[in-house]
Amino acid sequence: MTAIEKRMLTNKIVMILSTLSAFIGIAFLLWILSILIINGVSAINWEIFAFEGAPPGHEESGLKHALIGQLIIISTATAIGVPLGILGGTYLSEYGQQSKLANIIRDISDIMMSAPSIVIGSFIYAVVVIPMGHFSGWAGVIALTIIMIPIILRTTDDMLQLVPSTLREAAFALGAPKYKVIINIVYRGAKVGILTGILLGIARVAGETAPLLFTSFNDNFLSTDLNEPMASLTVTMYNYATSPYEDWQNIGWAAAFILSMFILGLNIIGRLLIMTRKGK
Amino acid sequence: MATIINIPHEKALEVKDFQFTYNGTTEPSLKEISMPIAKNSITALIGPSGCGKTTLLRSFNRMHDLYPGNRYEGLIEFKGRNILEPKEDLIQLRTCIGMIFQKPTAFPMSIYDNVAYGLRLQGIKNRSELNDRVEKALQDAAIWKEVSSRLKHDANGLSGGQQQRLCIARAIAVEPEVLLFDEPTSALDPISTQGIEKLVIELKEKVSIIIVTHNMQQAARVSDYTGFMYLGELIELGITEELFVTPKERLTEEYITGKFG
Repeated sequence: MTAIEKRMLTNKIVMILSTLSAFIGIAFLLWILSILIINGVSAINWEIFAFEGAPPGHEESGLKHALIGQLIIISTATAIGVPLGILGGTYLSEYGQQSKLANIIRDISDIMMSAPSIVIGSFIYAVVVIPMGHFSGWAGVIALTIIMIPIILRTTDDMLQLVPSTLREAAFALGAPKYKVIINIVYRGAKVGILTGILLGIARVAGETAPLLFTSFNDNFLSTDLNEPMASLTVTMYNYATSPYEDWQNIGWAAAFILSMFILGLNIIGRLLIMTRKGK
Repeated sequence: MATIINIPHEKALEVKDFQFTYNGTTEPSLKEISMPIAKNSITALIGPSGCGKTTLLRSFNRMHDLYPGNRYEGLIEFKGRNILEPKEDLIQLRTCIGMIFQKPTAFPMSIYDNVAYGLRLQGIKNRSELNDRVEKALQDAAIWKEVSSRLKHDANGLSGGQQQRLCIARAIAVEPEVLLFDEPTSALDPISTQGIEKLVIELKEKVSIIIVTHNMQQAARVSDYTGFMYLGELIELGITEELFVTPKERLTEEYITGKFG
């Protein structure tokens, strides 16, 4: 075998191995999605959306309580986490810049982003649930907010830094005060990026189960009071899917399907937004 | 010793023993610069890369204040006061001394809003007054005909040359007394460059202009006075024709004849 043949053979082997590996990764994703769709779609019917939780064997059993609970917890966490994350990111990019303090905050939020969510759940259990004496929707909201803030903070920081400094200078050169430069020029230039960060942040916390098990816990009936334990899709899915009753397991599949489609949707919108920004 | 001529014109600005030092360095980037800037004239600053011409230009509207730790010493006189004083109102100063940048800096908003931006900052809310002043600025910047039918369109859809004229319209809309041009045509094609140069010459009836350029022909074409800078010093300031034909300093002569730079 000549040197050139040997080289071409090695090239071929590496190409086949890497292509195969890529397909194995994709295959698992498709497998998960297809199982979800097969089991989920068949489990979905109007009763899922119309009824609250019921004992096994009961006809009128659904996910209304979990869907509404999930919606309340996620939207409250978003309402608190988004402004905090955006303002924090604004501090980093526009005021702190490359100062020591700003870089320390960047490092800490990067660590926070990879912190196991169960640790954050147990932290909130210790500082909120135990002093309150009971599980509550608020505890779940706080846990998810803590997970969400560093994601939005760092994306905002990155996206604001992508706005060319000449654009800021041009606004200053017209006599604009700093807050107006940030609001009119920098936010406007980075709005798609910030929005993407928000969507990805919501998608991240929407699938969290561990921090909710410790905090908002569960409720088999509809509750809209954040001071009381509150159902969520993830915890309900965990309870139903691990139960020995077939009708509960089916509802668990429906919950898994709805949740996955929601998160998939958010991710796809996020990616599309990134693509439109790059396309410009 | 530098050769600085006295100008017969009224002065818009006067620089005296000016020194500038960037954050984190001890060696000043601009050393002992003294020069007059003539009113309603065009003063060009030329010199090789790194000579400090842009640094000097950005001192006139205190752009260096956007980044911490930069130091000014000496005096830049404008309307009887030293604008380097710490108590100088920079917002006020920058509405009197406008700036055009190397790359067009159209804001991510409509053409109309771009030009109205500075006016709105000054508190002008009246719709018809805004309309009038936006139209006048666009006309003065020789871009009105091209954009009048699409004022609500995104400014980023304009060509580079159009965007640069839009930036000029935006700057003159607030009626500044001085305009600073930082290599305004270096990112443009020859035809757009010609348009901008023509515009700059027209503008001097209303404003005093300082233009930094790496293009000596451009300085010769548009300016009344030219300053040659080298290694942070102003080597020579003269009437443009005289400086290019009979430079007083040996360094100036070597630069304009292409011996270095």
